[in-house]
Amino acid sequence: MAEQTSTANAWPANSAAIDLIPPARKRLGWALMIAATLVLLATIVMQILYKTEVDTIGFYTWRPVVYAYVLWGVALGAWQVLTRGEDGQRALFLLPALLFTVAMVIFPTLFGFYIALTDWNLSSFAGRRFNGLDNFWQMLADPYYRNALFNMVLYVLAVLVEYVIAFGLALLLNAQIRARKFFRVVFLLPLMLSPVAVSWMVGKSLMEYRFGPASTLARHLGWDNPAFFSDPIIARISIMVLDAWTFIPFMMIMLLAGLQAMSREVIEAARVDGATTWQTFWQVTFPLMLPVSVTAVILRIIFKLKLADIIITVTSGGPGGATDSVSSFIYREYRDRSNVGYGTMLAMVYLIIIVVFVTWLLKLASRFVRNVN
Amino acid sequence: MSVQTTEYTVSDIRSPAAFLASRVFIYGALVFWSFVCLFPIYWTITTSFKSAVDVTQGHLIPFVDFQPDWKGWRSLGLSPDSIVQTSTVRDEFLKRFMNSVITSVGASSLAIIIGSLAAYGLTRYRYKFAWFKNEDISFFFLSQLILPPVVLALPFLVLYREVALLDTRIGLVLLYTLMVLPIVIWIMRDQFNSIPVELEEAALVDGLSIWGAFFRIVMPIALPGMVAAFILAMVLCWNEYFFAALLTSTDAKTIPVMVASQTGSQGINWWSMAALATAAITPLAIIGIALERYLIMGMTAGSVK
Repeated sequence: MAEQTSTANAWPANSAAIDLIPPARKRLGWALMIAATLVLLATIVMQILYKTEVDTIGFYTWRPVVYAYVLWGVALGAWQVLTRGEDGQRALFLLPALLFTVAMVIFPTLFGFYIALTDWNLSSFAGRRFNGLDNFWQMLADPYYRNALFNMVLYVLAVLVEYVIAFGLALLLNAQIRARKFFRVVFLLPLMLSPVAVSWMVGKSLMEYRFGPASTLARHLGWDNPAFFSDPIIARISIMVLDAWTFIPFMMIMLLAGLQAMSREVIEAARVDGATTWQTFWQVTFPLMLPVSVTAVILRIIFKLKLADIIITVTSGGPGGATDSVSSFIYREYRDRSNVGYGTMLAMVYLIIIVVFVTWLLKLASRFVRNVN
Repeated sequence: MSVQTTEYTVSDIRSPAAFLASRVFIYGALVFWSFVCLFPIYWTITTSFKSAVDVTQGHLIPFVDFQPDWKGWRSLGLSPDSIVQTSTVRDEFLKRFMNSVITSVGASSLAIIIGSLAAYGLTRYRYKFAWFKNEDISFFFLSQLILPPVVLALPFLVLYREVALLDTRIGLVLLYTLMVLPIVIWIMRDQFNSIPVELEEAALVDGLSIWGAFFRIVMPIALPGMVAAFILAMVLCWNEYFFAALLTSTDAKTIPVMVASQTGSQGINWWSMAALATAAITPLAIIGIALERYLIMGMTAGSVK
C-alpha cells in the first residue's frame, strides 16, 4: 500500500497548478505516517506477546488492534495529503473503501484458509489443533457435502425457468396496458419481503400439510397427499418455488428495463416487412435482449449460489439432507457440532468452486453475446 | 405461459376478435400473477386476526368467513387493548426492531459514504497502486459480490470473538457494509459516469478544490442515484439472516432471527407468528410501494445502455 506512486495524470486535465509543498509539511506527513505504523506494529507485537504469555502487559481482547488499524488508516490519508498535495486528495477518495475491504475480506479469507487446516471445536476446551489436510480428506468422503453440491447444480438450473417466467412478466408489463404502475409495484413486492418471513408465510403456513390453502388447493386438483416437504424431489421443487417467488421480480425488472430501452422502430420495421409476432419475438426482440438477459441471469446465479436462509428456516436441510444447499449445510454443521475447522474447509472449497464457475460463466457469456450479435 | 404472451404484445393486431383475445389473455395473466404475489401477503395479514378454529377450517375472508380478533397482535402486545399495558414480548419485539433499523440504516449509510467516494474516484481519476490500475481496483470491489456469506461467516465468528464484536450491532454493521458495498459502487459508478466532466472542470477553474467540487457540484446531481443505492442496500440489510443468525445471540439479534427462532419453537401458534411476520415485512413493503421508482433505478443501473 505504501508504495502507492503516481496518482497523477488527473483526468480533468486542468490541475496544472503546481502544488509547492514545503519540506516541513512533507516531513510532518512522513513523521505522522511512521509514528502511526510504529503504533500499529507495537500494538500487534504487544498483543501477540501477551496472548502467547511471554509478556503480562496487554489487553484482554484484540480490539485495540482494530483501533490502531483505524488510526493507521487515518494517518495514511493524512500522509497522502501532506506529502502529495492534490494527488493525495485524489487518493483520499479511494482509500476508505480500499482499507475497509482489505481489512474485512483479505485478512479474514486468509485466516479462513488457516482455520480450514485445523481441528477446532469451539465448544470444547481443547482449542485448535493443526491437522493439515485431514478436513479435506474427510470432506471428500462426506456424502452430505456432495449431495449439497449436487443440489446447488439443480438450484442454479432452476434459474432458467425463473428467467422464462420473468421474461414473460416483463413482456406483459411492457405491453400496452392500463394501471401499469400498479402491476409493477405488485409484481415487485415479493422481492421486498424478508426471505425468513416468506419461509413462514409460504413454506410453513400456506404449504402446511393439514390446512394450508396451497395444500387444500392441491387436494382439490386431485393430489391426495400434498406433502410439500417430505419427498426429497418434491421438497427440492418446493424450495425452488419459494426462492423463485421472492427473486423473479429481480430479473423481471432488469428485463423490463431492457425492453423499454429497445427502440420501437426496429420492431415496427420487422412488422412492416411482414413478420408475425412470433417471428418478431425470436428474430428481433430476443436477440436484442440478449446482453440484458445474460447480465440478469448471471447476477441471479450469483445470488442463487448464496441461497441459505429459506432452507435453514423451512426444511433445515430435510428430509434427510435432501434439500441442503452448501451454505445451509455448513451452517448446520457448525450449529450442531461447532466444528469451525471442518465447516471452514467446506466453505473454502466452495469458494474455489464458485470462483472457477463464475469466471467460466463470464467468459462463456461474453463469447456468446459476441457471437450472436 | 410466458412465451405465448409475446404473440399479442404489439398493439396493432389484425382482427377485432384477435385483439379482444389478446386483451383478455394479457389482463388474465396480469391478474393471475398479481394473485400469486399478493395472496401470501393477504393470507398472513388475515391470519394474524384469526383464532385457531378459523385457521384449521381454512377461512379466508374476514367478517364473512370469520370474526376478526386482535389475537395475534395481543400476543405481541401491539393490539389496541394491550398497547397501554406492559408486555415483555412487545419490549423484545421493539428491541429486535430497533436492532434491525440501526444495523440496516448504519450499514447502508456507511456503504453509501465510502462507496460513493470510491466510485467517484474510480470514474474521474487514474490510480496506480503498485501494479493495480483502475480496472483492477474496480474488479476487486465488484468481485466481492460473488463471495458467499458462508465463506466469511466462520472466520468472522472467530475473529469477532477475539475483538469482542460478537453479538454487537457494530459488528453487524461492518459486515453488512461489506455485503452491500459492491452494489453501491456498481450503482454509483454508473451515476458518476453519466455526469459530464465539464461541470467539475468549470468548478475547478472557478477555484473550488477537488473535494469542494465533489460536495458542491457533483453530489447534488448524483443524489437520486445515492437514494436508489441507499434503498437497495437497506432492503438487503433488513432481510439479511445468515450473518445475523451466526453472529448474534442476545443483544444484537435482528428481526429475521427473531422470526426464524419463533417458527421452530412455538408449534402452531399461528396468529402470533402471522402478526410477527406481518410486522417484519411491513416497513419494507411500505418502502417498496412508496419508493418503487428509486428501487427500479438502483436495480437497473449499469445493465441497460
